[in-house]
Amino acid sequence: MDQIILQILNGLDKGSAYALIALGLTLIFGTLGVVNFAHGALFMLGAFCAITFSRILSLSKVVVDETQKDFLGNPLKVDVPYIYDWFGESAGQVLINWSVPLAILFAIPVMIIIGVVMERGLIKHFYKRPHADQILVTFGLAIVLQEIIKYYFGANQIPNPAPEAFIGSFDFGAAIGLKAGTIIYPYWRIVYFCFAMLLIGSVFAFLQFTTFGMVVRAGMADRETVELLGINIDKRFTIMFGVAAAVAGLAGVMYTPINPPNYHMGMDFLVISFVVVVVGGMGSLPGAVAAGLLLGILESFASMRQVIEALPGINQVVIYLAAIVILLTRPRGLMGRKGVMEE
Amino acid sequence: MTKTKLTRRSVMQTGAVAGAGLAVPTILTAGSHSGFANAPTGSSVTLGFNVPQSGPYADEGADELRAYKLAVEHLNGEGDGGMLQTFSSKALDGTGILGKKVEYVTGDTQTKPDAARASARSMIEKDGAIMITGGSSSGVAVAVQALCQEAGIIFMAGLTHSNDTTGKDKKANGFRHFFNSYMTGAALAPVLADRYGSDRKAYHLTADYNWGYTTEEAVRNSTEALGWETVAAVKTPLSQTDFSSYVAPVLNSGADVLVLNHYGGNMVNSLTSAVEFGLRAAQANGKNFEIVVPLYSRLMAKGAGKNVAGIFGTTGWHWSLENTAGSRYAGTNAFVKSFGEKYGFPPSQAAHTCYCQTLLYADAVQRGGSFNPCSVVEALEGFEFDGMGNGPTLYRAEDHQCIKDVLVVRGKENPANDFDLLELVDVTPAEAVTFDPAIFGGELGSCNPGA
Repeated sequence: MDQIILQILNGLDKGSAYALIALGLTLIFGTLGVVNFAHGALFMLGAFCAITFSRILSLSKVVVDETQKDFLGNPLKVDVPYIYDWFGESAGQVLINWSVPLAILFAIPVMIIIGVVMERGLIKHFYKRPHADQILVTFGLAIVLQEIIKYYFGANQIPNPAPEAFIGSFDFGAAIGLKAGTIIYPYWRIVYFCFAMLLIGSVFAFLQFTTFGMVVRAGMADRETVELLGINIDKRFTIMFGVAAAVAGLAGVMYTPINPPNYHMGMDFLVISFVVVVVGGMGSLPGAVAAGLLLGILESFASMRQVIEALPGINQVVIYLAAIVILLTRPRGLMGRKGVMEE
Repeated sequence: MTKTKLTRRSVMQTGAVAGAGLAVPTILTAGSHSGFANAPTGSSVTLGFNVPQSGPYADEGADELRAYKLAVEHLNGEGDGGMLQTFSSKALDGTGILGKKVEYVTGDTQTKPDAARASARSMIEKDGAIMITGGSSSGVAVAVQALCQEAGIIFMAGLTHSNDTTGKDKKANGFRHFFNSYMTGAALAPVLADRYGSDRKAYHLTADYNWGYTTEEAVRNSTEALGWETVAAVKTPLSQTDFSSYVAPVLNSGADVLVLNHYGGNMVNSLTSAVEFGLRAAQANGKNFEIVVPLYSRLMAKGAGKNVAGIFGTTGWHWSLENTAGSRYAGTNAFVKSFGEKYGFPPSQAAHTCYCQTLLYADAVQRGGSFNPCSVVEALEGFEFDGMGNGPTLYRAEDHQCIKDVLVVRGKENPANDFDLLELVDVTPAEAVTFDPAIFGGELGSCNPGA
């Protein structure tokens, strides 16, 4: 029982990352009709926004400490962050300690700008081209972005810990009346899941309850009619591209304490996120979220030792098996709309 | 003025001759006039440094390349000489190799066997490299070693830890200075039994590829021989990034030790997950729960940050070794000084093994008096040396594996900087990690001079 609850928790957590990336992917597909293979790279760029922000907070002056020696026996050069001078040492330490949540404020404008520049500078030229061309150009863009990040940050992973208040684990078992110590779950992963749900809820609320969102939804349903009404739908769709980039970026920012990021992390998520979009139904936002969580849970169960022993290799193929079964029984995916990608 | 008359017959004859010429592999003809492939004829000799310059191990590759460049400088008599000052063999005198200035070409393995073979082939055929060295992966090392054997070129392996490189896939033209999985198990198990007791239950998470299998097998055999029990061993896909679903069940499995047979990004991520899930602070079977990482790389441990604190593993060499373990490890400080002054930070174990391999090759040529691969093989087989940072070392003739001390290290609780991540716990002497070369099978075959 405890193992099942643990794997459901794991799956929800893993699935929330898939759902966030897939949500942005399907948003871009639903509005602009573009299959964006650079979306994983946006997730990665978000993570590196967090790294950059942490480095900005840690910008330091070098102070020579004559009492200590470096590896060559010379007096040790100690880095003292400028932030200590500006806010005092204790306040500076608190800011550095909370750099991951604070990086959200930094990442939102940066990611929106990156998204808008990407759309206006490159992707808009491919709207009328076949999907294969869109895939090639966005995949190429993803590789370019990866290489730029690798050039500046190196190939190895860079640790970016969560605030100390969230380091450690929560005894979930004791909280729900099971034996203490049987279901331990890290605080930050709980934070990540709650954050993902909040972000997904905000995107839905934005689309559902604002005039802007209403116009975007109308444009997704019937672009020509909306344009005939004199609304500049292109401009709104460009903004939605920026919003999708920001959603992927924020997913990346909050993911850095879970797995230290490197330049390749976007590619690791990209393929699974596409499977999530297809399983959820092309262009369906609730479908993307539901499929993300479902596939996350399935992947977690397939990683259990007992399951692997019974079905060797199942942990590597379960997501694709599930995709095959769902597409055979529901060809448009879980919540796919008629007419999308069917012309 | 004469006019050449082209007939169908002459065209066919010319075509047949040209075709036959092209069909002869250039590898067999390149520089083979002195009885061996790529014999240097001018005043210089070219070495081929085949390292990952892109892909996941690019940072290790960059450090390897720094070390190679430093070794070339020292061989050519530039800089302070580094380990040439401490190396027990005094054949090298800073005038290159056999009086020829050392030059080099580089290739990018991309940590992919196919790409590594292609870049090695290009360096051999186009650039006339007399020796190929490098690599930061066992898959790459085994593939390039086989290519060098066919081409009649010496291969001096870089960072490769699988038993297979000098085990079932060993070749007469290939040599490894780095240690292997078996030696890790033999060095680590006694320290683990000493610190954690002999009544322990281990849970292994193992990367699902060649190196993972040999490491799991080595650690299992060594720890079980000392009384540990293996509760479970789960293979994890090499492409896995989030290990939470593999780590979460460990605490309730009856195990009280988690062994992470992972390297690189896998290691960073699985260790991060294990610490995140509270395993470091947990109790199981009435004991403190422990985590073990059999093969440590300082460059990669950096990615795991504070999570490495207190965690045991092995490493081939560490820049602080001579200061902490004494003059037996002479050469360490000389190398760290050369490297540190040139680049501003201490070298990694990958840099160390690559630097040593270059000097060892040059020394073997010098002592043998020829660049002929068979002369190099003869000079290196059974060669005993010292002063290269690992203490007295033997290049064993039977499998071309260096037999030397292995370091057991632990992640520091409070590292002073990015380089100061590991502390030395114990040095297991070479005698304790020596193994019978026959246990892994494979045949060395005979050296191939390539002509």
